[in-house]
Amino acid sequence: MRRAVRAKWAVCAGAVALAATGCGGGGGGTDTSGVVSSSWGDPQNPLEPANTNEVQGGKVLEMLMRGLKRYNPKTGAAENVIADRIETKDAQNYTVTLKPGWTFSNGEKVTAKSFVDAWNYGALLDNKQKNAAFFQYIDGYDRVHPDHGTATAKTLSGLAVKDDKTFTVKLNQKFSSWPDTLGYSAFMPLPQAFFQQHDAWLKKPIGNGPYLVDSYTKGTVLKMRKWKKYPGSDPARNGGIDLRVYTDNNTAYTDLQAGNLDLVDDIPAAQLKNVKKDLGNRYINQPAGIIQTITFPMYDPKWGRPGMEKVRRGISMAIDRQQITKEIFQNTRTPASDWTSPVLGVQGGFKEGLCGDACVFDAVKARQLIQEGGGLPGGRMTITYNADTGSHKDWVDAVCNSINKTLGNDKACVGDPVGTFADFRNKISARALTGPFRAGWQMDYPLIQNFLQPLYYTNASSNDGKFSDPGFDKLVNEANAAPDTRQAVLTFQQAEKILAEQMPAIPLWYQNGSGGYSERISNVSLNPFSVPVYNEIKAG
Amino acid sequence: MGRYVIRRLLQMIPVFIGSTFLIFFMVYALGDPVAAMFGDRAPDPATAAQIRHDLYLDQPLWRQYPHYMGQIFQGNFGTAFNGQSVTELMSTAFPVTLRLTIVAIVIEMIVGIVLGVFSGLRRGRGVDTSVLVLTLVVVSIPTFVSGYLLQFVFGVKWEWAAPTVATEAPLNQLLLPGLVLALVSLAYVTRLTRTSIAENARADYVRTAIAKGLPRRRVITRHLLRNSLIPVVTFIGTDIGALMGGAIVTERIFNIHGVGYQLYQGILRQNSPTVVGFVTILVLVFLIANLLVDLLYAVLDPRIRYA
Repeated sequence: MRRAVRAKWAVCAGAVALAATGCGGGGGGTDTSGVVSSSWGDPQNPLEPANTNEVQGGKVLEMLMRGLKRYNPKTGAAENVIADRIETKDAQNYTVTLKPGWTFSNGEKVTAKSFVDAWNYGALLDNKQKNAAFFQYIDGYDRVHPDHGTATAKTLSGLAVKDDKTFTVKLNQKFSSWPDTLGYSAFMPLPQAFFQQHDAWLKKPIGNGPYLVDSYTKGTVLKMRKWKKYPGSDPARNGGIDLRVYTDNNTAYTDLQAGNLDLVDDIPAAQLKNVKKDLGNRYINQPAGIIQTITFPMYDPKWGRPGMEKVRRGISMAIDRQQITKEIFQNTRTPASDWTSPVLGVQGGFKEGLCGDACVFDAVKARQLIQEGGGLPGGRMTITYNADTGSHKDWVDAVCNSINKTLGNDKACVGDPVGTFADFRNKISARALTGPFRAGWQMDYPLIQNFLQPLYYTNASSNDGKFSDPGFDKLVNEANAAPDTRQAVLTFQQAEKILAEQMPAIPLWYQNGSGGYSERISNVSLNPFSVPVYNEIKAG
Repeated sequence: MGRYVIRRLLQMIPVFIGSTFLIFFMVYALGDPVAAMFGDRAPDPATAAQIRHDLYLDQPLWRQYPHYMGQIFQGNFGTAFNGQSVTELMSTAFPVTLRLTIVAIVIEMIVGIVLGVFSGLRRGRGVDTSVLVLTLVVVSIPTFVSGYLLQFVFGVKWEWAAPTVATEAPLNQLLLPGLVLALVSLAYVTRLTRTSIAENARADYVRTAIAKGLPRRRVITRHLLRNSLIPVVTFIGTDIGALMGGAIVTERIFNIHGVGYQLYQGILRQNSPTVVGFVTILVLVFLIANLLVDLLYAVLDPRIRYA
């Protein structure tokens, strides 16, 4: 009990210093009674929807914004929110109709223009939005966002406002599951204030989600409060969320233990052994839409020439995923047996065991396959990783160890650290790596398409290994044009079988989201993007 | 005296230019930061090119540096990647770190000098030996060990203090981090004071003062201590700069959003305006603290004169 009392005192001390609220007195003023404090990292980019491509900024947008669709926090299915219906006859020309009654928190109505303006802003090269590529399927993207030179148009020709509640979208290719991509934060609507008083908006963003921004001290704390007039069906069940910036997740964890913080959504690796003992059932460990792989440089003939697929498959079989996920990750990763993620669900295209034998540890077969394929190029291999974040060294060493043991050669595989993430990315872009390297993929939207096309389609944006297979490309095109989702998923899985044969990237494990919370709050869960479902948290 | 100060101030100019260039060059040598902004995704080339252009990163080093310096002299320290201006970051970070430094310096001065005087006057006896052993232990423990340890013991186990510091960083919450930050320097101050006191205790002027019949208290404070403080003052002066810049570990452990935090963030994201801007200010702090120390010599020891 002493702990709980102490916790309240600490929260009050913080609040008093801010000259806010009545603590100990029992309410009054702006109520902090139901406010949940949560750990946060400083977002890398300004909080513009089309400029937020990492999870910390994504958390804020999830609370602040609602778009045409939203991914169900439990199932990941894309469900209509502001969209009343999105209709098409040919999978290329879409008509979007909005539901009535939606407003931004400043009273402005959410109209077709709110969407079209926001998307035009996001796509235009001059605005340097990092998610601009999400608009690439809309007709006219090549003019507002050319690969070289300057934009020749200010707006996407494929977007047209019909009336307040309707707009049409023309895509530059057939894409039947395109409406399901619209839950991504880049597609959120924006109020006119965003365009007219841009700096003020960035200081205190205005959205249409269940929370309002109360105050924002950049790099320190973002206080969000419940928007009482929120028109949606998922209003906040707590008084608000305080997102506090922590530089070190160990410190956040300590604060949680001391009752100083309610929610952490990143358990430090060093604490994974104790977390069950410390938090009991207040520890969350559930699948997230993240898959870790080892990608081969297919552009390098040493690895990419015909016949090497045996070696690549052999290396995959030489990795004891079960043991590594247990020993190093304390079961916060699950051994992968396909190239997607369990969060898609069986209907969405996740298929356990699709990879077949190639993803099952078998030392004898692995050795045999590698020998048949002519052995490792030059008799040895490296696995390149960035050493600055994510404790990659531990598992890379373990993977190498597993390969070395299989091959009976201590020097067959060694880790190759690169100092910073930026340098690592630069080397990949410049095709400077001549051996396999680590890759992680966090989905943008829970679709099987998002796990395959950007990564393995010829010349796709994140196809770092430059894998290219005409059969794979053909199947992806077919899947995108398929009239219904079921057919599309089946075709994508056929394409995935080609990956199993060619093994351009070794699936290692599916990453879980982890978190822990205090006794003060309940009903805490993570969505498929490993972001806490803030609006459902109950405090008290 | 005046001419001496002016000469010293002028000497700061080449030091300033040299150090900023070195830091700028080092951050530059880390490579292109733009790729990391896109996460695991390959950057879209047009957007990346636009960002590079806006940040002046598409220019060679010999043009980037003068451009940056030109902006500094107009009071523009550039912007961090999250869109905040570096001056804004400084205005929030420096007051916090300054407060932390003051807490640390006060702790190390009071405790360090008191301990040093006690053990120096009782050289070779029990107190002296135990202080020496104690300081040896403190010096040999790295800051992150003592930081996490004290944080856990005081913050989580005993709940005497909040384990982390609130946004506003009030002084009472800075006591624990201040202590952690001060620990190592405190040990040095103690040892320096002890040696200096022990040496001077047998000096002629102390014997004279005692022979004159002055009270022991006055002999120690006015004659012995004042003369023994010169090396200690030198150490503390340089320590101000070191503490302000070197608080990265402590600030991380206690989640203090000061200079160390911003520097860490800047280095991680390879944002040269943040890193160079903050380090430039730190260099200035160092230089000024050194100048003040040199001037303090004259106050402490009248035999020292500057011309």
